[in-house]
Amino acid sequence: MKVKDAAAGRKSRGDFLFEIGCEEIPAGMILKASQELKALLQKQFLAHGLLEEKSADGSIETFGAPRRLVAIARGVRMRQEDVTREITGPPKSVAYDQVGEPTRAAMSFAEKQGIPVSKLSIVNTPKGEYLCAKQVVIGRPAAKILGEALPQVIQEISWPRSMYWTGAHGPRFIRPIRWIVALLDGKVIPFSFAGVEAGNHTNGHRFLGKKHLPVKSPADYEAKLKKSFVLCRPAERESKIVTEIRSLTSRGGLHTHEDAALLQLVAYLNEYPSVIIGDFDPAYLALPDEILLTVMRDHQKYFGLESRSGELASHFLAVINLPKDPKGLVRAGHERVLRARFADAQFFWRTDQKIKLGDYLPKLAAVTYESRLGSYGDKVARMRSLARWLAEQWFSGGVSQADVAGSDRAAELAKCDLVTGMVGEFPELQGVVGGLYARAQGEPEDIAWAIYDHYKPLGLDDPLPRNLTGCAVALADKLDSLVACFAVGAVPTGSSDPFALRRAAQGTVKIILERKLPLSLSAAISAAAKALKENPPRIEASEAVQKQVLDFLLERARYILRERHSFAYDEINASFAAGADDLVDAMERVAAVKAIRNMKNFVPLAASFKRIRNILEKSAAGIDKSQLAVQADLLWEPAERALYNAAQQIGGEATIKKKAKKYREALEAISGLRPAVDLFFDKVLVMVEDKNVRRNRVALLAGLLKEFSTIADFSELGGEEAK
Amino acid sequence: MKKHVKKAAEAKPATKLVRGLSFQDLLLRLEEYWTRRDCILQQPYDIEVGAGTMHPETFLRVLGPDPYRVVYAQPSRRPADGRYGENPNRLYKHTQLQVILKPAPADVQDLYLESLAAVGINLKEHDIRFEEDNWESPTLGAWGIGWQVLLDGQEITQFTYFQQSGGQNLDPISVELTYGLDRIASYLQGVDNVFDVRWSETVTYRQVRLAEEQQFSAYSFDYADAASTRKQFDLAEAESARLLAAYASLKGPQKKGFPILQAYDLCLKCSHLFNLLDARGAISVTERAAMIARVRKLAIRVAAAWLEQSSGGKPDAAKVVA
Repeated sequence: MKVKDAAAGRKSRGDFLFEIGCEEIPAGMILKASQELKALLQKQFLAHGLLEEKSADGSIETFGAPRRLVAIARGVRMRQEDVTREITGPPKSVAYDQVGEPTRAAMSFAEKQGIPVSKLSIVNTPKGEYLCAKQVVIGRPAAKILGEALPQVIQEISWPRSMYWTGAHGPRFIRPIRWIVALLDGKVIPFSFAGVEAGNHTNGHRFLGKKHLPVKSPADYEAKLKKSFVLCRPAERESKIVTEIRSLTSRGGLHTHEDAALLQLVAYLNEYPSVIIGDFDPAYLALPDEILLTVMRDHQKYFGLESRSGELASHFLAVINLPKDPKGLVRAGHERVLRARFADAQFFWRTDQKIKLGDYLPKLAAVTYESRLGSYGDKVARMRSLARWLAEQWFSGGVSQADVAGSDRAAELAKCDLVTGMVGEFPELQGVVGGLYARAQGEPEDIAWAIYDHYKPLGLDDPLPRNLTGCAVALADKLDSLVACFAVGAVPTGSSDPFALRRAAQGTVKIILERKLPLSLSAAISAAAKALKENPPRIEASEAVQKQVLDFLLERARYILRERHSFAYDEINASFAAGADDLVDAMERVAAVKAIRNMKNFVPLAASFKRIRNILEKSAAGIDKSQLAVQADLLWEPAERALYNAAQQIGGEATIKKKAKKYREALEAISGLRPAVDLFFDKVLVMVEDKNVRRNRVALLAGLLKEFSTIADFSELGGEEAK
Repeated sequence: MKKHVKKAAEAKPATKLVRGLSFQDLLLRLEEYWTRRDCILQQPYDIEVGAGTMHPETFLRVLGPDPYRVVYAQPSRRPADGRYGENPNRLYKHTQLQVILKPAPADVQDLYLESLAAVGINLKEHDIRFEEDNWESPTLGAWGIGWQVLLDGQEITQFTYFQQSGGQNLDPISVELTYGLDRIASYLQGVDNVFDVRWSETVTYRQVRLAEEQQFSAYSFDYADAASTRKQFDLAEAESARLLAAYASLKGPQKKGFPILQAYDLCLKCSHLFNLLDARGAISVTERAAMIARVRKLAIRVAAAWLEQSSGGKPDAAKVVA
């Protein structure tokens, strides 16, 4: 076989082209699916030896467009390599008798391997000579292998929600598959999936392209599709859109904000995208920008435009799936749709404001927050008392702009927009609409912004509420959600978090840390629990529940300190071990530990503290260390006296620095203990016979550990170098 | 040569949207288009429904194994969408054109697009796209996967591969095309206000429909008596449940001819009365979910009973999933 192949001059490698032709795949899913397709193909190519480990990743590329997922692999083996396998049998001494004739052992081994005894050979192993059977496994043609593997690959692409189309016994996919191209070196890889035979015909643009278009190779495929109005690579589509946006905006002295998410979305919504510019009646510019932009961007997927002065202009850019719009028909259609949308928004803007924002409050009683936790009206009552409490805390903590009455008012109005027509129509504008109405109706600016911002921050990169009143309302909302939901057991699980409590906890921590707000977390949680208990439906959040919430918050705090502030695990652990109820203070201590840990004396000192902890744990039996006091007169070794004196002196110094919150300087002072500690361990034995001396030495060490662990517990620090 | 080109261009004004089809011509053309593709032409259902899907020609026909193709118009009442005839786009009652193709043919997208061409839309000159939009009806225990079809940014059709109806997994899969006729007519005629649509060459949509919009909006929002509507809901629900219980107690051949269809009509009544209460603002959020569940329960029992009855009483023909 092999000889024949070579004689025929067949190529040993060829290019692979694979296209799953589909009805329109949801735009947001194409990128992830094409990435998954690559991983699945790579796994198959490697498992079957059709590509080499080191080059496989670079040989395969995948991409997608609304009607297709595409894979190209270069230099794929046309046939697996033949593999010679050696199977070791019984020892030679057992396999042949004295005259060199094969024994039954040899014959049964040969039979089992399916070869004649005469073909068996002998191998030398460290254990001696053994029988050996050599078998050549003939490599299979790649087309055969892929014909079996590709249906499996298609089936293994995962989708958020897939469907049947050929009936309940057929396969599932994101949308019906209507054609498949599968070529290796220009020849069709035969297989079928969901009743579709793989072939060498693709389809162009749904309206402008050719149908049933024969293709020979990856290059031929791309070129023919381009002629048929399909840019199959997303990068190419994106760059066409960007270029056209630039040319349209520069002509009109306009500009659009960078919007990578929208750009990617429209690039995956169209196979041949072009950009057109449309207009709307400038009278609509009287509506707030937020509303106009939400309609354009989120509902219509248009890019909004600004004039040079930064004001919203009465134009928009739409990305269409056509090369051009010569008669302006498409433009007229989009303008008409936008007009209707804006007219709706204007209708809500006017009718909603026939009554004041505050007059919507009674209606919140009819909107359930959670069946056991009452209505949004109940939630607002709790938020108000918590927002007041927070502002009072800050005010007495020296934050002079804290506004108790303003926080109360903003919390009272914060949820009113939930029952307006505008939020009913544009739910993503909750908060924003309330803020806009409040401002339009003459509420103070500060309160209007607080309402506007109180859902913030929505993610790690989202900004905080812009003023302190907004922070009070945002924290009140989030802390109430956390404590109330935990109290009724609506706790997030790995897969489900319907009340977005993780986001609430993350937002809480982010606001406190980035705004540097003085606040005791445990006190805030108990204030939330109090509000929950005192307002209907009067739910009890037990001590255990409160502890659960605290741990949940601290877990998010650790996450944020790692992910956003690049602190190491052990730095966070060390400083949290010395307390984290005041998050801002805890973060300052983490920063001090990070700053100092690379200093000469620090790591050895941390190791010594670990040693002290071990000694204390071992000597713990029968000694209550908290009751221990050092008796100076029992310190008779010079090294222990020296340590005692150093601790006294440095302790005083560190305490002063710590009180002034100069944590770094305090830690630097503490690291000055190292020589004394080293000398102590060098010269002094703790666990001596004399009970009193032993007690006294344990007391000395316990005191040391206690006194010098109030900023951070150094024994938590790993020995490895910090990054 | 130039002259020749010009002549060719003049020769095809047929595709040009000069005035666009009248509302009734649009309806007629689409019905004709689909009847020529083996659909039977059915009539709108004679009970208030919120969507063409609720017509038994969809809800019940998609169940079971038998192929079916049907087209019908369905005026659909959505009390909460009423605007007293004052909003240019929102209607208490809009008109859907519903097509069911069972099983879904492989070229169903092309068939659908040809229907647009048949009403005068030049597919090469417009931005037509299929954007993800999965459809779900909690009251019917029905859902499907598909798209909304956009014509130059305007939603004109819901295109759905039905996966479940009445809690039953479907096999074969049907495709449902729901055309929003009012919107398509406005688009074709280039008018911003649906009431300006020409119904026929001489009569406007306003003349035909405005009074209805005004009066039914007024009833839904201002006059409907919540207590009596609730009572009607309870009565219809009880009667439907009574029928379903009676059916369940029958054995084998006795089930033949039992009025399951009446139990379904009563379920539809409940659905409409619920919508009315909702528009009236008479139900709280929690109660809302509970009432939807009550209607769904009837719909699911109807679907199971109907499947069993139409399959000749094979007990495992109907498996309730939801």
